[in-house]
Amino acid sequence: MDFSFSPEQDQLRAHARSFLEKRFPATRFAEIAMSEDGWDRASWPELARLGWTGASIAEAQGGAGQGFVEEAIVFEELGRALYAGPYFSTVALALPALACAPDLLAKVASGGLTATLAPDDPVRQSAGAKAKGAAVEARRAGDRWLLRGETDLVPDAGWVDAFVVEARGPDGIGLYLAERHDARPLIRVFDTVDTTRRLGRVTFDDDSARILAAPPAATAIIASTRRRALAALALEAVGVASFALALGVEHAKSRQQFGRPIGTYQAVSHKLADTYVETELARSLAYWAAWCVAEDDAQAELAAVAAKAYAAEAAVAACERAIQVHGGMGFTWDHPLHRYYKRALWIESFDRSGAAHRAEIAQALVAG
Amino acid sequence: MDLRDGPEEAAFRATLRTWLAANVPAELRGLRGWTGPALALGRAWSKRLAGAGYAGLTWPKEYGGAGQPWRYQAVYLEELAKAEAPQHLGVIGLGMAGPTIIAHGRPDQKARYLAEILSADDIWCQGFSEPGSGSDLASVRTRIELVGDHFVVNGQKVWSSYAHIADRCILLGRSAVTGEKHEGLTYLVVDMKSPGVEVRPLRQITGEAEFNEIFFTDVAVPKENLLGEIGGGWRVAMTTLSHERGTFGFALAGALDVAVRKLVALARERAGADALVRDRVAREWIELQALRYTNYRALAHLERTGAPGPEGSVAKLRWSEANQRLTKLAIEIVGQESQVADGDGTAAYWRYQQLRSRGNTIEAGTSEILRNIIAERVLGLPRSR
Repeated sequence: MDFSFSPEQDQLRAHARSFLEKRFPATRFAEIAMSEDGWDRASWPELARLGWTGASIAEAQGGAGQGFVEEAIVFEELGRALYAGPYFSTVALALPALACAPDLLAKVASGGLTATLAPDDPVRQSAGAKAKGAAVEARRAGDRWLLRGETDLVPDAGWVDAFVVEARGPDGIGLYLAERHDARPLIRVFDTVDTTRRLGRVTFDDDSARILAAPPAATAIIASTRRRALAALALEAVGVASFALALGVEHAKSRQQFGRPIGTYQAVSHKLADTYVETELARSLAYWAAWCVAEDDAQAELAAVAAKAYAAEAAVAACERAIQVHGGMGFTWDHPLHRYYKRALWIESFDRSGAAHRAEIAQALVAG
Repeated sequence: MDLRDGPEEAAFRATLRTWLAANVPAELRGLRGWTGPALALGRAWSKRLAGAGYAGLTWPKEYGGAGQPWRYQAVYLEELAKAEAPQHLGVIGLGMAGPTIIAHGRPDQKARYLAEILSADDIWCQGFSEPGSGSDLASVRTRIELVGDHFVVNGQKVWSSYAHIADRCILLGRSAVTGEKHEGLTYLVVDMKSPGVEVRPLRQITGEAEFNEIFFTDVAVPKENLLGEIGGGWRVAMTTLSHERGTFGFALAGALDVAVRKLVALARERAGADALVRDRVAREWIELQALRYTNYRALAHLERTGAPGPEGSVAKLRWSEANQRLTKLAIEIVGQESQVADGDGTAAYWRYQQLRSRGNTIEAGTSEILRNIIAERVLGLPRSR
């Protein structure tokens, strides 16, 4: 029993923190959000050079040969720095399917490929798409496949080089890779509350694709992708909550009212203490989930669901308390807090609500 | 990072589990406090634990302990809770007085007290809180005066668990009334059989009496019972309190584990289809996992640095609130029958647990004080007073 990081992992975290603090200080958030691309594209090769895009990719494919615990550290630090870029999409959502093809892994590791996932899950689509029964169909055309159909609320749809698509083929749902070229597939990026992680609609019109995993094998990859994604977001949420807490504490120490720092008032300090406590509990759950995912432990599913439900709620609450502690200033567009708050809300909305995730857990408990 | 038991821990856990299955007296499973006939059984149980080598697991070998790393104590507490076995009667001696004596005691004091703590021949209680000094411990007023070759103690202590059965008491009192309040404190070991010591049990809202008032009237305490220096009691008391929350979280999470299992069984049996009940059950299960893994992080910190980190306060704070919510949910599921006090079935169990849980946010540091500790010592916010 050893629930601590190794010295190398501690070093990875320290290095990530200092790199991100220098590269993406809060003063740059507005500029990045307003830029044409909405993210700093030059940062992607830097992330690849740091070994982050290939953290869990084998050394033979140009990766660092590490595991999800190392990726977990990166996710937490990227959440803390509110990184805008398709790291979550590529490394959490797309990588398990891309792992079916060593050439694709090498491209991810070298920074030459970003991707996201277009899931076949009505709960993860807009009401309009759901009403239309939106889905993507795959049919064979020689040694390629053609995709046809539509899916929406796809993270980072406008930013990535390729889509991993859960599409319905003759034998069931398989995983396909559709690379972007010549403005195909058709993408519409929605005006998204969290500008650092925009959602979009992807429309395929007999677009050529490559099969990554055929039906029965695809099911296991889809399940493991969900575990990775939920654990990754739990870690991001911990990063978001930690930074919101740090901002709140800083303000409570420096802001004076009635002749003393507002942090001396327990109505303020106890709110921040609650944020600390919830963030630490969320951190414990997120690290547990990360370890379970890394080890493919039997509890990975429950751990990831529990961690995401809890950490997302904790991150939202952390931002809300920090906004309250900041008073009117925390409610302004110029203050960075609202950007963290919006990321926390994005994370909370991903996949299922906290209540739906808890219903999954209850089902496992009551049935077990 | 590896969340599995290593081979040695796994072996220790397996042996302990087998031993508990064979040795916990049926009358003591799910015990509601050390009163009445349980008491005699409790002494025998504690001696049995000690005889099997389960007392003082983390104490250094030179003082009769097993000299094991903290993780063994964690496994011990987890398994004890899982078996619904009561703790050793001498938890205050083993967890607080003993480590304080090891840290601050003279060789003759170590020789005199430590072996009897381990063997359960001496049961200890704690004389810290007073009617006028709860959270503000440094304001204690129990007088300690040096008269010739002994101290004379006068005053009143309160909320002392085990005082009604204790042989000795760690007592924090005031030896100087002028100057800084933290500097006039002195720490003594008091023999509970001394003339002038009177213990009156306090009945709790559950009806049971687990704690007591202790009155000291001109109690003579030999000079050699001084722990640390005259006026140096605060530093000694801080050692005691830091040990209060060392691996305490494991006992709490262990107890919560048992409660969550029982809650899941209750919900399955009586409210399986109720979505609101299911949501609340799932919340408490998640909270339990959060506390459990926070304890493991705290353990890693403790083993690396030798000192408990802030996670101890976190665990106590959240455990107490979880236990209150959980037991409230249970009596809601049980329904009006939860108001019937007779019998020892499901309804009576949850009725007792729910009322008892109201003490959880008060005992061993109120939730308000724990939030102050986190705000000031962890977050570095300015003091509120």
